Amino acid sequence: MTQIQTRTDRIAEATTDAAIHGRSLWRDALNRFLRNRAAVAAVIALVLVVAFVLIGPAFSRFSNEEIDWALMGDVAGQGGPSLANGHYFGLDELGRDLYARTIQATGTSLTVGIIGAAVAVIIGTLYGAFAGYVGGSTDNLMMRAVDILLAVPSMFIIILLLVMFGRSFSMLFVGIGAVSWLEMSRIVRGQTLSLRGREFIEAARAAGVSTPKIILRHIVPNLMGVVVVYATLLVPQIILTESFISFLGLGVQEPATSLGALISAGASTITFGTVWQLAFPLFFFLVTIISLFFIGDGLRDALDPKDR
Amino acid sequence: MLSYVLRRLLVAIPTLLVLIVLCFLLMHAAPGSPFNSERALPPQVLANIEAKYGLDKPLPLQLWDYLVGVVTRFDFGPSFVYRDRTVNGIIAQGFPVTLTYGTLSFLVAVLAGVSLGVTAALRQNTWIDYLAVGTSFSAQALPNFVMAPILVIIFTWKLGWLPGGGWNNGAWPYVIMPVIALSTSFMASIARITRSSMLEVLNSNFIRTAKAKGLPGRTIVWRHAMKPTMMPVVSYLGPAFVGMITGSVVIDMYFSTGGIGLFYVNSALNRDYSVMLGLTILYGALTILFNLLTDVVYAWLDPKIRY
Repeated sequence: MTQIQTRTDRIAEATTDAAIHGRSLWRDALNRFLRNRAAVAAVIALVLVVAFVLIGPAFSRFSNEEIDWALMGDVAGQGGPSLANGHYFGLDELGRDLYARTIQATGTSLTVGIIGAAVAVIIGTLYGAFAGYVGGSTDNLMMRAVDILLAVPSMFIIILLLVMFGRSFSMLFVGIGAVSWLEMSRIVRGQTLSLRGREFIEAARAAGVSTPKIILRHIVPNLMGVVVVYATLLVPQIILTESFISFLGLGVQEPATSLGALISAGASTITFGTVWQLAFPLFFFLVTIISLFFIGDGLRDALDPKDR
Repeated sequence: MLSYVLRRLLVAIPTLLVLIVLCFLLMHAAPGSPFNSERALPPQVLANIEAKYGLDKPLPLQLWDYLVGVVTRFDFGPSFVYRDRTVNGIIAQGFPVTLTYGTLSFLVAVLAGVSLGVTAALRQNTWIDYLAVGTSFSAQALPNFVMAPILVIIFTWKLGWLPGGGWNNGAWPYVIMPVIALSTSFMASIARITRSSMLEVLNSNFIRTAKAKGLPGRTIVWRHAMKPTMMPVVSYLGPAFVGMITGSVVIDMYFSTGGIGLFYVNSALNRDYSVMLGLTILYGALTILFNLLTDVVYAWLDPKIRY
C-alpha cells in the first residue's frame, strides 16, 4: 500500500515537474539547433566577424580614407601586410589602409544584408498574409502581380533603379528591398492558406476581431518559424546581390565601400602581385556568406521538424 | 498539352509587355535628359538633338513608337552615346558570344551537378557523399565574381596554362575559364537538389516494390527513380538560368569576352539610356522564354499537373 502510495506520489511529482519545465516550440528548436555542430560553429564565426567590425577599428592606426604617402609609391613592393608599419592587411591600390577598408566594407555588406532582409521580410509577410487571408479575386490579383514581377530578372531592375536615380545607399536599399520581398510573399501566402481554415482563426472571427487584427495578432505570429528561416537565408542572398552590383562598379560610391567593391579592386590588381588586396576581403566575404548559409540551414532543420 | 502551352504563352506575352513598359517608364522617370552635360548646350542644339531621337514627342507617343518598333521590327533604336552604333548592332555583335559560353555553362552545370548529386545519393554516407556534399555546400558561396579572379590567379598567373581573357572566336582555351566561373555555384546547387531529391525518391514505396521484384539497380535508378528525381531540378532551372544570364555580365566584364554584358555595364556607367533599355528587355525576354520552356518540361515530367 505504501509502495503504491509513493509510486503515485512520484508520478504526480514527475508530472508537475514536466508542467513547470514545459517544452515550447522555440525551446525545442533551440535544443535542436544547439545539437547541430556546423550551425553552432557558424554562429561563432559570424559573431567573430561582427566583433571584428565593431571592435576592429580600435586597433587600427589609420582611417579608411587616409593615404599613406610614404608607401603609396611602391604598394606592390612595400604595401604588403605588416605588423611593423601598422597596415595589418597591407595597402589598397591607392595606398589606403586595407585593414580599415575591410572593416568598413564588411560593416557595409552586413548592414545592407540585414536591413535589406528586414525590409523584404516586413513587406513580404504583410503582403503574403493579407493576400492569403483575404483570398478570392484579391488574392488572385495580388499573386498574379507577384508572378509577373518575379519573371523579370531582378538584378537588372535594381541596376536600372540605381542608374536612373543615383547610386546612393538609400537607393540600393530601395532597389534590393523592392525585389526581394516577392519570394517571401509567396511562401507566407502558402502558409497563411493552411492557417486560414484552422479553428482558432474561426474563433477569432466569431468573436468579431477585425481582419487587420486577425492578420497581425493571429496569423503572423504563427508564421514566425518560416519567416525566421527564410530571413536568415535572405541575408546572404542580399549580400551576394549587393556585392555583385558593387563588383560591376554600379553599387555604393567612394569613399563608401563594400566587400564586392574591394573584391573587384583586388581582382583587377592581382597581375601586380598584390594578392592580399583580394585575399583579405575575399576571406571575410566567404566566412560571412558560408556561416550565414549554415545558420539558415540549421534553423530550417530546427524549426521544421517534419523533415526528420 | 497544346492548350496548356498556349495558356502559358497567353501569360508570357503580357508579362513581356509589362516588362517593356515598366523599363521604359522607369528610364524616362529619371530626372534630366540624357543629353544634359556639364557644358550646357545651346537650347536650339538641344532641341534638334531631342527631335532627332524623338524625345520631343509626348511620353505616351514615345512609348507607343518604341513598342511598335520593338514588336514589329525587333528594332531597339540607336545608341544615345555612340552615334555610329545601334542597339541591334550591339546585340548582333555580342549576343552570339554570350550565347555560346552561356549554353556551355548551362550544360556543364546541369550535367555535372546531376551526376554529382546522383553519385552522392547512391553512395549515401560514404566518403564520396561527404566530399560531394561538402564541396557543393561551400561552392554555393563561390559566385562567378569570386570564381573568376581565383581561376585567373591559379591558371593564368601561377600556372600560365590559360589566357586570362579575350575570346579569339571561341577557341577552347579562351572558353574554359568563363564556363567554369559561370557554372560552379549553379552546379553546386543542382548537385544538392539532385541528391536530396534522389534520396527521397529512393525511400519511396514504388522503388521498394521495384527492388522486391528483383530489378537490377541500374534499371531502378534509370528507369524508375530518375524521372521523379528530376522534377525539383527542373523547377530550379528557371532561377539558375536567371542567375547565369546575370552572371554573364561579370564574365564579359572580367574576361573581356566581348559579349553583351560589357556593353550593358558601359551603358549603365555612361547612362546610355537606349542601350540599357534594349539590353534589359533582351535579358528579360530571354528569362520569360526560358521560364515558359521549363514550365512545359515540368508539365511533361509531372503526371499530376492537369493541363
